[in-house]
Amino acid sequence: MLETFSLALKSIWSNKLRSFLTMLGIIIGVASVIILVSLVNGYMSYMTESFTSMGTNQISVELVNISTRYVTEDQMYEFYDEHRDIFIQMTPSVRVSGIAKVGSTQLSATSVSGVSEEYTDMKGYEMESGRFISYSDIVSRQKVAVIGYYDACEYFGSPDNAIGEKLKINGYAFTVVGVVKRQDEDDLEEGGSDDFCLIPYSVALKMSRSSIPSSYTFATVDTEVSEQAVTLIENFLEETYKNDNLYTVTAMSELLDSLNSMISMLSLLLGGIAGISLLVAGVGVMNIMLVSVTERTREIGIRKALGARRSAIMSQFVIEAAVTSVLGGIMGIIVGGLMSGFIGTLIGISAPPTLMAIMVSFGVSVAIGLIFGYMPANRAAKLNPIDALRSE
Amino acid sequence: MTEAKSEHLIEMQDICKFYELGGETVRANDGINLIVDRGEFLSIVGKSGSGKSTLMNIIGALDVPTSGTYLLGGEDVGGMNDNQLADIRNRMIGFVFQQYNLLPKLSVRENVELPLLYAHAGRKERTERAMQALERVGLADKKDSFPNQLSGGQQQRVSIARALAGRPSLLLADEPTGALDSRTSGQIIEFFRELNEEGNTVIMITHDNSIAVQARRVARITDGKKDFDGKVEDYARNI
Repeated sequence: MLETFSLALKSIWSNKLRSFLTMLGIIIGVASVIILVSLVNGYMSYMTESFTSMGTNQISVELVNISTRYVTEDQMYEFYDEHRDIFIQMTPSVRVSGIAKVGSTQLSATSVSGVSEEYTDMKGYEMESGRFISYSDIVSRQKVAVIGYYDACEYFGSPDNAIGEKLKINGYAFTVVGVVKRQDEDDLEEGGSDDFCLIPYSVALKMSRSSIPSSYTFATVDTEVSEQAVTLIENFLEETYKNDNLYTVTAMSELLDSLNSMISMLSLLLGGIAGISLLVAGVGVMNIMLVSVTERTREIGIRKALGARRSAIMSQFVIEAAVTSVLGGIMGIIVGGLMSGFIGTLIGISAPPTLMAIMVSFGVSVAIGLIFGYMPANRAAKLNPIDALRSE
Repeated sequence: MTEAKSEHLIEMQDICKFYELGGETVRANDGINLIVDRGEFLSIVGKSGSGKSTLMNIIGALDVPTSGTYLLGGEDVGGMNDNQLADIRNRMIGFVFQQYNLLPKLSVRENVELPLLYAHAGRKERTERAMQALERVGLADKKDSFPNQLSGGQQQRVSIARALAGRPSLLLADEPTGALDSRTSGQIIEFFRELNEEGNTVIMITHDNSIAVQARRVARITDGKKDFDGKVEDYARNI
């Protein structure tokens, strides 16, 4: 068996250009598959990470409150309290349209939202200095604000300096009572994850001239109960609104799932196309093996005359085909790995080739060699030694 | 219980080989009887198209007769399948071809080892026996050379070494001097004589009477039939 392998290698090496051109099809096919799978995988991981940082156990609820049908925050809190086994946090979320100002500087990229005291737990925020919005702030509608690390440094010099300072939102003066710990270790920039301003939602409601929040975020105890939680909330809301156009309940985990499955389907499709290229490569291998068999008819005749059985000739050529494919597959894996790393870096995600992709590609290369080498090898094995010896 | 060992190495009875060519039946071998004992040195001679090559193919287990029996070393070769024939060729026949038929991409040693490879001999045994055979033909020092680096005579000797390596019962040489000049031819024939004196059974197929009479026995094939079978001296007198 070892002999057959070294014979195959010798044969491949003696016709370097031809062997390489045959392998090229497989290299391209395998590299495409690897690049595709790695990039898709890398992108999916990236998406999952982003979503996770936003909280995959979160469910957002959007309401259209009309005069005849609405849900107050007290009712929502009641509902929340009834289902503490499912929900671990809830916060109303009131967007403030308007720009924060420190002195005369406009914080144009900074989002301002009204939230409840549970917001920190939900987001997993820790305080760098000061404190977060408290329940009493909400009840008494205190004009207090909690800002992100970027804003503290950029506009006040440091988190400690920011405490007690003033900022204005739509003309109203707020006191900074807390700075959230830095979220992004790599970059600190305007519009990034450390650039935000949070105020009590009761104050935000007053500023926005509506009396009840139209947006809530729930956090479930884990992602498994997401579906159940969504049903619970929808049933609760249906009782009041009786019209499912008036409310929208979206689970983050559902979003992520549907995104993932969309990407998976896309990658399957593209993978299929890449797979076709491998099929073509296989045909190339078969073609060259046929030529090789014809060229070596005499050699086959000699071997048979010396006592080579059909099976010996068969395995000689099948293994040669398989070794060619496998070498092409290995090179394809290497090229694919390098390319996916390169492209990944270009678009900013980490896209290492998965072990699964490598193993499947390798397996497929072997299979191609065996399948597409079979017919030519069979031809060779069946040659009549007398005729074969006469050829050339 | 001991079976009496078959007396003859080759026992061919009424061997016929017919095949269809363009709607006609060609009787390449038409009822040939041949008995060869171990240690003989036989020439099978005939014009081109006489049927001698067909007979050689049957003797060498490259082909099976259409009818008739062929016992080789007591074994009935006539009805064997492909794999069995391959084994017979490997174990019992040592071919020497006119065109040497060495594999150009293998070294001399690797060429000589080839039949041993198909006999599934281990690496050490293969090398030993190949080197023994190369030494016998006087080319041990060329073991790492390639066929295209050798002269015609040397290539033919490598081919003989290859035939000897498997320790066959029979050396079957097809026009062994056809591609060589007369001096080298003489050397090769002399070599066959030596091998025969050492106990090897040698059958030479040739169209050339002057080569044929270098053996000890001659069988002539004409139009598919054997029309002479006897001592070289008798044959030489009649040419």
